[in-house]
Amino acid sequence: MSNMAVCVAVIAKENYPLFIKTTPTDNELQFYYTVHTSLDVVEEKISSVGKNANDLRELYLGLLYPTEDYKVYGYVTNTKVKFVVVVESSNTSLRDNEIRTMFKRLHGAYVDMLSNPFYNPGENIVSRKFENVVMGMMKQD
Amino acid sequence: MSWASELPPELLCRPVGLVVLTGLDTTYNAVHKAVWDAFCNNRRPDRVPLHFRALELDHVYPKAKPKRTSYEWYIPKGILKTGWMKKHQNEVPAVVVIFFDLDWDDPMWKERQMECSTRVEIVRNSLQGRGTKIAVVLLQKSAPLPPGEDQGAAERASSFCSACDISAKSLYVLPQTDHLLGFTIRLENAFYELAQSYHHMEARKVKSHKDFLNRTTHQLLFVRHQFKTAFFNELKQDTHTAIKHYKQAYGHILEQRMHDTNMLEIKTIAGFVNYKICRLSFQHNVPLDAIAQFRKHIDFFKNRVGIPELAFEHSAWMSRQFQLFGDLFDEAIKLGLTAIQTQHPGFYYQQAANHAIFRKQLCHGLCVDQEKQPNAAILEGLEHLDFYGQRSWRQGHQSIEPPDPQKEKEGIIALQALERKVDHCWIIIPLLSSAVAQFRKYKSPRMKRYLMVQMGEEYFHAKDFSKALMLLNKVTWDYRMEQWWPLLTSILETSLKCAYLTARVQEYVANCMELICKNSQCSLDTKTRIQMNLLQVLSHEGPSSEPGLDQKCMEQAIKAWSEFKAKPHVFTIEMQGLIPFIECKARFVGETVPADGEVHLEVCFRVTCPLPVRFSKLRIQLSNPRYQQNCELTDVRGTNAASASREESDSDDLHLEPGKPRLYQFSFLPVKEDVGGQIDISSVTLEMGMESGCCAVLRWMGAGGESLIGPAPVVGPSKKLPAGQTFDWALFKVNPIIRVTPRKALLQLSVDHQSPCLINEFYTMTVTATNTENTSIHNAKLSLGLQTDQEGYDATTHICSSSPEFDGTVQGEPVKLDLGTVKKGDKVTKQFFVKCLQSGNRSLSVKVEYTVDVKQGQHAVSCQCVKEEVVTLPAVAPFEVSLLLQSLKFEALEAVHAEEPFLLMTDIRCTSPWPVDIKTSSVTLSEYIKTASDVFDSQVEGVQLNKTECASECLWLVAASCIQPSVAMGTYTIHWRRQGEDTPYVSTSFPLPTVNIEHIPISVHLQLPAFGRVKTLLPLTYVIRNRTAYVQELEINMESTDNFMFSGNKQTRFRVLPAEEYRLLYNFFPLVAGQVALPRLHVNMLRYPGTMDDLIYSMLPSHIFIRPVGKSLQMPT
Repeated sequence: MSNMAVCVAVIAKENYPLFIKTTPTDNELQFYYTVHTSLDVVEEKISSVGKNANDLRELYLGLLYPTEDYKVYGYVTNTKVKFVVVVESSNTSLRDNEIRTMFKRLHGAYVDMLSNPFYNPGENIVSRKFENVVMGMMKQD
Repeated sequence: MSWASELPPELLCRPVGLVVLTGLDTTYNAVHKAVWDAFCNNRRPDRVPLHFRALELDHVYPKAKPKRTSYEWYIPKGILKTGWMKKHQNEVPAVVVIFFDLDWDDPMWKERQMECSTRVEIVRNSLQGRGTKIAVVLLQKSAPLPPGEDQGAAERASSFCSACDISAKSLYVLPQTDHLLGFTIRLENAFYELAQSYHHMEARKVKSHKDFLNRTTHQLLFVRHQFKTAFFNELKQDTHTAIKHYKQAYGHILEQRMHDTNMLEIKTIAGFVNYKICRLSFQHNVPLDAIAQFRKHIDFFKNRVGIPELAFEHSAWMSRQFQLFGDLFDEAIKLGLTAIQTQHPGFYYQQAANHAIFRKQLCHGLCVDQEKQPNAAILEGLEHLDFYGQRSWRQGHQSIEPPDPQKEKEGIIALQALERKVDHCWIIIPLLSSAVAQFRKYKSPRMKRYLMVQMGEEYFHAKDFSKALMLLNKVTWDYRMEQWWPLLTSILETSLKCAYLTARVQEYVANCMELICKNSQCSLDTKTRIQMNLLQVLSHEGPSSEPGLDQKCMEQAIKAWSEFKAKPHVFTIEMQGLIPFIECKARFVGETVPADGEVHLEVCFRVTCPLPVRFSKLRIQLSNPRYQQNCELTDVRGTNAASASREESDSDDLHLEPGKPRLYQFSFLPVKEDVGGQIDISSVTLEMGMESGCCAVLRWMGAGGESLIGPAPVVGPSKKLPAGQTFDWALFKVNPIIRVTPRKALLQLSVDHQSPCLINEFYTMTVTATNTENTSIHNAKLSLGLQTDQEGYDATTHICSSSPEFDGTVQGEPVKLDLGTVKKGDKVTKQFFVKCLQSGNRSLSVKVEYTVDVKQGQHAVSCQCVKEEVVTLPAVAPFEVSLLLQSLKFEALEAVHAEEPFLLMTDIRCTSPWPVDIKTSSVTLSEYIKTASDVFDSQVEGVQLNKTECASECLWLVAASCIQPSVAMGTYTIHWRRQGEDTPYVSTSFPLPTVNIEHIPISVHLQLPAFGRVKTLLPLTYVIRNRTAYVQELEINMESTDNFMFSGNKQTRFRVLPAEEYRLLYNFFPLVAGQVALPRLHVNMLRYPGTMDDLIYSMLPSHIFIRPVGKSLQMPT
């Protein structure tokens, strides 16, 4: 079985990374670029919704863009914190629903982490618990 | 390697049918030349898609192969011959047209017809076995007659057709008239129809082979035939049928047996067919079909690499596929298709670039140098293969195993050698640059930057280091702004290498500074190494090289760095443009400083690099350069470090240790020109290295502090300071501005005055200034004036000094008095007079400006001081005057009667809190009002009024008769001053009311004594005067009364002449004593009946006092 996700990232409102975890690879930097460039689509999707204040934006943004080898999914919280998950294109076991669940879990873990009074919003995430949740998403089934 | 992935031009262009024109002598015959030009030159896009060629009559066309009757023993050698498409586009015509000069009435008709039929025969022979259509065009000099009228022509035409063995439909006439182009267009439309029918037939011919094929041996032919059918349909311009056949061809390709030996061929043809399908799909405006087809194509082939040793071929092919699709997509967009952010040509160009990069990597991995010279001869004919996508050394071979393993190996080595010669960077860079253009267009700035980074890296690999550096510098800013440190670090590492290799000192130093900062993701060892290099460069030495560089480039770099050592370098680096290893904050202590106080300036620095750093000079530039020498600090320890002791606490030591912020303090006196203004920190510069060698000037604009990444998070003050640190970095607030306030004046200023001020009076203000300085003051200037924000009052406030004067022009400007030098402890007193013309509160500012010499250490500083007092001055009216009009009977009047006297009562009520002296009063009357008495004597002269006391005057006035119904009476003026002052009297005027003047035609006047006595005769005379210019007839009636007996007319009627009077005499005999009502006299004017009675009554007294009879001392006789 293949990995669930190969890269999970949390991006701050100002678009700098709070947390990035990738499967061990030589080309970690490539994943950083993939996550970073996906912000283009995220920004576009957020701004296109913003024009109509009435319709509630869904947090899950869906597939951001496909590359040859990876699929990049996005999720934006109401405070504009972005979650990006990268899965391998060859991984057909993950459907939209699984990705949604994954994001929900990630969001939950993020909120738990944020509730820690010793954490200042905007700082890099170092919580072990949060990391474990992310590791769980990237673990082999 | 281009041969394997390149698409032939005949595939890329739009296929059009070929029409050959023969029999045209374009060189010597002007008419023929014109005809040729009409066909070929300036073809507009709306003309039919045909390709024309002019060939000789006896041109040899490609021979048609004998038609195969059975495919039973035929084994195909490949899918598609390389020459086939070209042949059907450029060599085998769909139509051959024979042009022939022949008129219907040609005298040599028979001979000419023979000649032409021979020509037709020649052409027909050379096209033996082909279905090419033949047409004849007769070039005629005379214009044709309408069809059916020229009987001879019709006969000759039919005979001509039979002689040439052509159908009547293939014979055309082209008259040489003015309308050549019109005829040409009609002709070419006819040719187009012929060509279409030819292509239709050809397509059917190919299709008919299908029945002979079998699945086992003829698999390749299935593809070939479908491709050909599709291509013929395309030539026919039937793109819908064409795409159908291309899709079938594609389906057959996927069914092929694939193995390493034929993979390249299959991929090549699949690429061709895929290209055609995508191109036609875009053309049919179904882009999603095109995208889906392309995806399917890529997904199917992406893992079918073929011969592993030639894996780069696969990458090249993949790259090419993506690029071609990107081009098609882009082309479609130019023709009106809209793309979106997540689906546009950029992605395909990017993928093409990725495959090209992968190809380069494969090439580096696979194509290692062979000692043996590769056999170049084996690749001969690579450009001229029989079939697309085959190997030159085993053409036409279709078995699974290569026929000659040795040859195969040699071939592979030769291909690898060929690949090694390819400069991949110049394949990758244009692809990336196309992708950049697309991503820029579709609002993907980050992707664009990423591609630019890739481009930069590619330039780096291509050894164009300065270009790489330039590209990377363009994007680093954005990565800095978004705080993606891992990406920034990786980019900076590449630029550092570029800067090193090009020996660009400034970029090198800047990159080093950024790479050793705390945000850099380099390992500590790397940081240490980089910092050592940085220090080396700044001590004017060449740095040691970066790891993993090309040996040859490194040698050049070392040479370049040795040139660097030859001459000094001084350059400035803007620290706010990068994330440096050193942070700076500067502030003024306090918000303001008095002119005679010292300005305290503090700068603190913090370094985050692994090793301590020593700087050579610290400078703070302020808005006024005169402080420059006070704000400089040169490190002296660095130069004579040996002699200086470490322990000494110092300020001239610019040695900074990581994690230990240091604070530097400066102080200086503000100069005179800055007093009242402010001093700004314009920049902070820190020099590193020696000016004689290599010196980097680190500059922070303003007071530093905020860096690119915004303010640091606020840290609570509870944090304990590390030992040895005297201030908290986080709490150090940047403050780049200090205001210099004037020195506090030591001067006592008192203003003596008695508020409130009365309107119009000369209000005395006595200002006393006492010098309480330690020394005498100079240039003292005293001024009194309205405060600057008191707009609107300046027109109603008159200020003067020395003597109270007012000539009617208001002087609202502040009055300045020069006091000159005032000795220590001296007092100066000055008087000012303020005249307020309106009520309201005014703020007056009393100011003394002076200079004083202040001792500040050894220097005597001349300071400007200002002492200001603000006085609020309320102005109130001194009195209220009410003016009343009354009749002589002291009854209030609404209107006065012309030429009838009346009274003006003035009530002066004092509202001033101070007693007021009234000197006199006067009245200025208008021309219509006169005083009834001869002279007007003021009745209030010399009166003194306290608050709420009143004074009254009564004026006896008379109104002249005039035409205006109402007139202004004039003004009433009081001349007064505050009691006990010796200021001049001032006058305050009040306007008299406006009265209505009524004209009464008659006046009635009663002449009567002051009193009467009971039972004593009281004679009364009523004088009735006619004031009009007409005779008035009057009727009177005297009421009877119990109080009097009287004699005279009780009722009478009489006339009064104009301006004359009439006297009515009565003798009254009072019967009762006391205030007795007189009987009423009713006057009725016959001209104005019933109007006069009330008027008359108001003119006449109503009562008279009647004395009782005194008791006589004498007894009545």
